[in-house]
Amino acid sequence: MTTIAELPPGFADKVLSAQSTFRSVMDAMARPGSVQRIVPMAGAPGMMMRGTAAIALTLFDHDTPLWLDARMSESSDVTKWLKFHTGAPVVQDSSIAAFALVSDGGALPPLERFALGSSEYPDRSTTVIIQVDSLTAGRSFELRGPGIDGVATLQASIKPFDLFERLRMNEALFPRGIDVVLVADDAVVAIPRTTRVVSKGS
Amino acid sequence: MNAPAYNFAYLDEQTKRMIRRAILKAIAIPGYQVPFASREMPMPYGWGTGGVQVTAAILGPQDVLKVIDQGSDDTTNAISIRKFFAKTAGVATTTATDEATVIQTRHRIPETALHANQVLVYQVPIPEPLRFLEPRETETRRMHALAEYGLMHVKLYEDIARFGHIATAYAYPVKVNARYVMDPSPTPKFDNPKMDNCPALQLFGAGREKRIYAIPPYTQVVSLDFEDHPFEPYRFNAPCALCGAENSYLDEIVTDDKGGRMFVCSDTDYCEGRQAAGHHGSLSAAPYKEKAQEKSNG
Repeated sequence: MTTIAELPPGFADKVLSAQSTFRSVMDAMARPGSVQRIVPMAGAPGMMMRGTAAIALTLFDHDTPLWLDARMSESSDVTKWLKFHTGAPVVQDSSIAAFALVSDGGALPPLERFALGSSEYPDRSTTVIIQVDSLTAGRSFELRGPGIDGVATLQASIKPFDLFERLRMNEALFPRGIDVVLVADDAVVAIPRTTRVVSKGS
Repeated sequence: MNAPAYNFAYLDEQTKRMIRRAILKAIAIPGYQVPFASREMPMPYGWGTGGVQVTAAILGPQDVLKVIDQGSDDTTNAISIRKFFAKTAGVATTTATDEATVIQTRHRIPETALHANQVLVYQVPIPEPLRFLEPRETETRRMHALAEYGLMHVKLYEDIARFGHIATAYAYPVKVNARYVMDPSPTPKFDNPKMDNCPALQLFGAGREKRIYAIPPYTQVVSLDFEDHPFEPYRFNAPCALCGAENSYLDEIVTDDKGGRMFVCSDTDYCEGRQAAGHHGSLSAAPYKEKAQEKSNG
């Protein structure tokens, strides 16, 4: 059994590390497709990446119901670490989650199962954090939308392969929708609901 | 015990997390007003409590902060907020627009073009552009949900019917990313074109009304108008009396009790920068360099 003393640590400096991590995520969200680096590092439990752990420590607390994919929720290292460091309640019902953590993109449930917000309160939607293989190499995607000066090119190796096709539902749903944060180790890319994929090469 | 009396940047961490989550959603839904649990700040409502909370949530030790109040770095409001963050966050402060990474503003956008590494934080008194047309929050919320903005066009039309032109001179409504009608805060409409396709991130905080909203960089921001009454940024028909600028927003300064007055740039940093570069206007007392000389001698 894991005791608290054996859990990977949180941020060494809670305040400034959270601020720096937030600025990376904010810049990522404001400039979709741009790869931002998360500098401050905390210990990461199980299959959780360093970047994901830093984002969890920065944004999660008792106010944010959390949905974990099967691999994460089966890992007691992950659930104990999240519970101890963030206090965020883990929920089974993905449609009430403020954040979803997905370590195995291949098993990403249909996006409709997450909270999409309402027309009156589109902000009450799930931010889906997906761990991916790479945000610097792989297929290339061309992105357009607010935050992008013309076209942004993202090279990434992402599962599920059809993530951007699935995200096209954001187009019809707007202002409701799903915001996605992609994490690969310490790199982070955000795909807010306003971003459109215009073409992709190999 | 020598424990500091405040957390870094005054707000506690739980509050910052809540505000940060609201900021992320605000950026994801450009122009939509995200409700947030606004805190009491050590300053009265109307003095920028919303802007201060947004600034406190994003500010880090590496940041360089500039605060302006109606374009000026030197008014009570601007100075007290600048000192507040210098004291509670220990950040470097500046009055130079170019050097700042975070600019908190009340009612102006700097004349100097903003760049991609900057965040502009607006203090907002009334975030709801439809509030004076429809007092019920439930109704305005539904109007935003349905993108039902006819009432706003009626209001602008009534201006034309009454005055012959759209007489709204500040807080001129804009449409963000072709979806949400947004109040740009009481900036003069002169500044509206600067919001469109701006390289910097723009964040808006309304403390009393508990709303945060945002315009991501490079986002379309259109001032509402009519085909036969297109939007026109308002401007005085004179250059700045101190720096001679022909393209800046001017303040009227009363100079005596006999009706004397002058028009000068409201953006003090822009005006001083131009004077330092050798530009001068009709009422410059002496060339800038001589004045600087006197100052250093005296």
